[in-house]
Amino acid sequence: MKDNLTITGGVHTDRQHDSAIKHVTGRAEYCDDIPELAGTLHAYLGVSDVAHARIIGMDLSAVEAAPGVIGVLTADDIPGANDISPTGLNDEPVFPTDKIEFHGQPLFAVVAETRDAARRAAELAVVEYETRPHALDPIAAQNASYPHVTAPLKLERGDVAPALAAAAHRIKGRITVGGQDHMYLEGQIAFAVPGEDDDLVVHCSTQHPSEAQHMVAHVMGIPSNAVTVNVRRMGGGFGGKESQMNLFCAVAAIAARKWNRAVKIRPDRDQDMTATGKRHDFVIDYDVAFDDAGRIQAVDGVFAARCGFSSDLSGPVTDRALFHADNAYFYPNARLVSHPMKTNTVSNTAFRGFGGPQGVIAAERMIEEIAYATDQDPLDVRKANFYGGEGRNLTPYHQEVSDNIMGRLMDELESTSEYRARRKAIEEFNATSPIIKKGIALTPVKFGISFTATWYNQAGALIHVYNDGSIHLNHGGTEMGQGLNTKVSQVVADAFQVDFERIKITKTTTEKVPNTSATAASSGTDLNGMAALNAAEQIKARLVDFAAAHWNVGKEQVTFLANEVHIGDERLPFDAFIKQAYLARVHLSAAGFYKTPDIHWDRAAGKGRPFYYYAYGAACSEVSVDTLTGEYRVERTDILHDVGRSLNPALDRGQVEGAFIQGMGWLTTEELWWDDAGRLRTHAPSTYKIPLASDRPRIFNVKLADWSENREMTIKRSKAVGEPPFMLGISVLEALSMAVASVADYRTCPRLDTPATPERVLMAVERLRAEG
Amino acid sequence: MQHRDEIRFILNGRDVALKDVGASQTLLDFLRLDRRLTGTKEGCAEGDCGACTVLVGRLHDGTLEYEPINACIRFLASLDGCHVVTVEYLSGPDGALHPVQHAMVAHHGSQCGFCTPGFVMSLYALWMEIPQPTERQIETAVQGNLCRCTGYEPIIKAALAVNQYGSPAADHLNTERSAVTARLRALRDTRRVVTGPADNRAILPADVDDLAAVLTEHPGATIIAGATDVGLWVTKFLRPISPAVFVGHLDGLKSITLTDDALEIGAGVTYSESQDMLSTAFPHLVNYWDRIAGWQVRNMGTIGGNVANGSPIGDTPPVLIALNAEVTLRRGDATRTLPLQDFFIDYGKQDREAGDFVLGLRVPRPRPGQLDAAYKISKRRDEDISSVAVGISVEVADGIITDCRIAFGGMAATPKRGAQAEAALRGQPWGAAAFEAAAAALSQDFSPLTDWRASKEYRMTSARNLLRRFFLEHDAATTHPVQLATA
Repeated sequence: MKDNLTITGGVHTDRQHDSAIKHVTGRAEYCDDIPELAGTLHAYLGVSDVAHARIIGMDLSAVEAAPGVIGVLTADDIPGANDISPTGLNDEPVFPTDKIEFHGQPLFAVVAETRDAARRAAELAVVEYETRPHALDPIAAQNASYPHVTAPLKLERGDVAPALAAAAHRIKGRITVGGQDHMYLEGQIAFAVPGEDDDLVVHCSTQHPSEAQHMVAHVMGIPSNAVTVNVRRMGGGFGGKESQMNLFCAVAAIAARKWNRAVKIRPDRDQDMTATGKRHDFVIDYDVAFDDAGRIQAVDGVFAARCGFSSDLSGPVTDRALFHADNAYFYPNARLVSHPMKTNTVSNTAFRGFGGPQGVIAAERMIEEIAYATDQDPLDVRKANFYGGEGRNLTPYHQEVSDNIMGRLMDELESTSEYRARRKAIEEFNATSPIIKKGIALTPVKFGISFTATWYNQAGALIHVYNDGSIHLNHGGTEMGQGLNTKVSQVVADAFQVDFERIKITKTTTEKVPNTSATAASSGTDLNGMAALNAAEQIKARLVDFAAAHWNVGKEQVTFLANEVHIGDERLPFDAFIKQAYLARVHLSAAGFYKTPDIHWDRAAGKGRPFYYYAYGAACSEVSVDTLTGEYRVERTDILHDVGRSLNPALDRGQVEGAFIQGMGWLTTEELWWDDAGRLRTHAPSTYKIPLASDRPRIFNVKLADWSENREMTIKRSKAVGEPPFMLGISVLEALSMAVASVADYRTCPRLDTPATPERVLMAVERLRAEG
Repeated sequence: MQHRDEIRFILNGRDVALKDVGASQTLLDFLRLDRRLTGTKEGCAEGDCGACTVLVGRLHDGTLEYEPINACIRFLASLDGCHVVTVEYLSGPDGALHPVQHAMVAHHGSQCGFCTPGFVMSLYALWMEIPQPTERQIETAVQGNLCRCTGYEPIIKAALAVNQYGSPAADHLNTERSAVTARLRALRDTRRVVTGPADNRAILPADVDDLAAVLTEHPGATIIAGATDVGLWVTKFLRPISPAVFVGHLDGLKSITLTDDALEIGAGVTYSESQDMLSTAFPHLVNYWDRIAGWQVRNMGTIGGNVANGSPIGDTPPVLIALNAEVTLRRGDATRTLPLQDFFIDYGKQDREAGDFVLGLRVPRPRPGQLDAAYKISKRRDEDISSVAVGISVEVADGIITDCRIAFGGMAATPKRGAQAEAALRGQPWGAAAFEAAAAALSQDFSPLTDWRASKEYRMTSARNLLRRFFLEHDAATTHPVQLATA
């Protein structure tokens, strides 16, 4: 089978992002670039300035009287349900009526002729309230007997208590893991246009148009069929637009209906960062038992998360933390418990990895503890604990790890990165360098692919072939920069054997593909690629039937190849063939569908096969640390990552590199800092510091494991890539930890909390020196 | 002479004349809302992400120079006499991709694409200045551009390759240089510009004398040089700034002179404009200067503004105080000069009365035997506000510390010298003991605060360690590295 010798943009090629030229010329249209309709109004949110209070009254008269203001929206203006909880727990109002639950909580919206007028007016509200004590973090929340926002999960296998008691060694510890703001460059935005009857069209920047549609319908009290949600592209999502757009869509829709005018809402960066959720912070208590060789015997882990005032997606996020608390390691006995704590902070949400990275951090901390306790290279402890071998393949959630390639990946990277020699050189360097210390770490990632909400693992696509031979492609996934549209188009180009340019990629809209899942959980290509292939195959089957009948040949004599259709001895250009098919009244449109097979999950029992397969990766990072100031830099990172048989190595590589840097940022300079009043003080790029170009490793070697092929029947045997490489950033944290440990001759696990800012690094150095 | 009531500039290919330009109107809103040039994006509206980067060309000593700036915090009125170039102007009349754009596409330099026009503009400016830059030069040029998707690697690779796709000589900004220069000259006149409604008035004085006159008429006016702080008063805090007096265009504040004795810096000299002479006079500031904000902000922000602003965490006051700089202020026809350290009285309070404006700074060149250092600590190395910054000048003669000045930022309500730490050094033999004593004395000089940038403990600990670093760095016996490498 010739795969892609002559078509452009076939599968397994480095096709550039479909919008690349539009990106670089500024012609790519984002929501705020859509020409505004005549009479468009602008909404802005008025927010609370206390963290916890009972609302006594809200005087919005000054807001309404401000120049340019058309009116205000409060809970009283909501025609349907005052609720935008994405999981149906009914715990997240559009606007609260009786209590304020976090600093910066939206209380009302003001609608004005211009955005500037609305912004200014929003400041003028007078809110009377009775303050209450607040709890900002999960420990404070537990101390104040705050509830869980959603049901906790327990994963249990084996007999933990006796195994802990019987083991040769046992360490208890705690790690505090910071959250993370998405800091997508394009902030939240929604633009609602009212139509006839109840109809509303909402343009917004979202990863989950179907949810935005359902939520607008819910809030408006109208059926979903009256609401259309469109998104051509996002300026970044990372999970921050999986449910967080709901508020903005709801407000725009309510206002659009109330005044029968188009309404746009776009918060400024400060409000975007204070009023929308982030990655969950965790406080993780671990109790790990191991033998003299450092092999883990039992793990007891308690994962308390800062969920914020409502559940949002905290249930599945904290679940996934537990699913990844083993990372790549076999725990003979394990008990893992989540505490999704309610806190007086913004409700935390999805963020690349979806709780998984916080789980992986816990596993890697335990490995470190064991390494220092047994005086071993952490890499040896990692290897000793990998899944694999007789009776060592069952996860704490009772899924068999059957596609394990961790050992080969690690061995290859250990060799190509020259880890052993460099570690030795670093130890020698550290012995003679009192101020600058170096560290190196090689860490693995194993990440489960599938939504743990099993029903989410479905997708639809819609393909039209027009009678000039041009192809219109639509699917339920959304484009946020990851190149999903490019990859799905490659699949369709390959199926029809036509040039990529023949396919028009169209905006995601709930009008074309209904009931879609969020473009999340790294699943975009796996699900939508298969759905699009299914649609293409349906049309192709009709075309083959037509050709076989029309030219009187066997079906096996009809093939699509390089912009042509071969029918027996005849060869027709694709467009000429399509014209013939049209004239013969062949149906040239198909809706495709896909659902992931073989997965199931019994949450109550904590058992099942939640993941279709695993993606693997490994990273080796070397850092230098200034022990006078705690400043550091990453000298070199080597990555070997598994994307199965890559649909597009260039785009996959982009995902791996970008995810690594984002993961590194999470663990180093990105710090969410609340003051005592509960106000987030790092709420814009001036105060919240994501990595810059100069923060990336001085030497950066990134390689895809080109020998890997998904064992499951995924699209062209590729693997998901969005989230797994995020956790490669953990290698930087572990390398920093080694550098810190060197000041006390590697006798003590430094127990660095994250983010390991220069301050945390320096304070750890000072602590170890004082102890040492 | 009659005041002019309109702002005149060139936007891409066309002359623009605008009446009633309010002082607080930003270039970004003008581009996006008024002109629908939507390639320029708003990412943060505070000059920290670079998504709004455009080029501004202006005549500097008669030569047309283009610089990337942040349109989000650049006030429209300040563009009088400038050429504004947006991403829409890059591809030229035939629509073909510009070499920078070509390189970005070829190297997969965009993912979501939202930051991309800003990167393209920064890289465009870099390529015109340095057609074949080093990786370090590229990183410095994009310090003010955030990308959340790519991890930057493909963008750096693209920047390294731009020159393969075309040469700056053929670029239309270069081929049209003399024509644009002539057009800009024609836009300029010697009149004061007064525009905008009464409650949002923008005033562009004709020259420095006129500035003095304007401030005599409006002593409470907001003086705006680079707008890198005042811009945020408007975009983030919605504060009124009227009447606003713009000074960034005044050639009379832009002189920078290096004499045998001192570097004399006009109040309107930007960080970028001062870089060359500063590096000559004070080599220890080279790396420090690169860590002030991002390139766009360095192209707008002025040293005079940084001083006049009075922030306790400004980058330049600690190092200038340590260098014994003096500041000159003018009111009406009167000028007065005072040691810079005396200018900072308390938090938010400087020795600047209504009607005063900073005219310039004089920074004495190091004396023989003077050891200088400038250190900055921040959460992120580049484009961040300091947790702690320090300028240190120590004079050593015959192994004895004869004099010293140690000025910290981030440790008190103002940029402030550590009197006790200095006393612990003065007259002592050069050695670790003296610096340990100085480090210990810092707790008598400072009681730093905890905030989101750093805790008080970290500020004090690292401040002490910076004195130790200074000693180690300048001590002949030190054989090991004492700082992270910068390149």
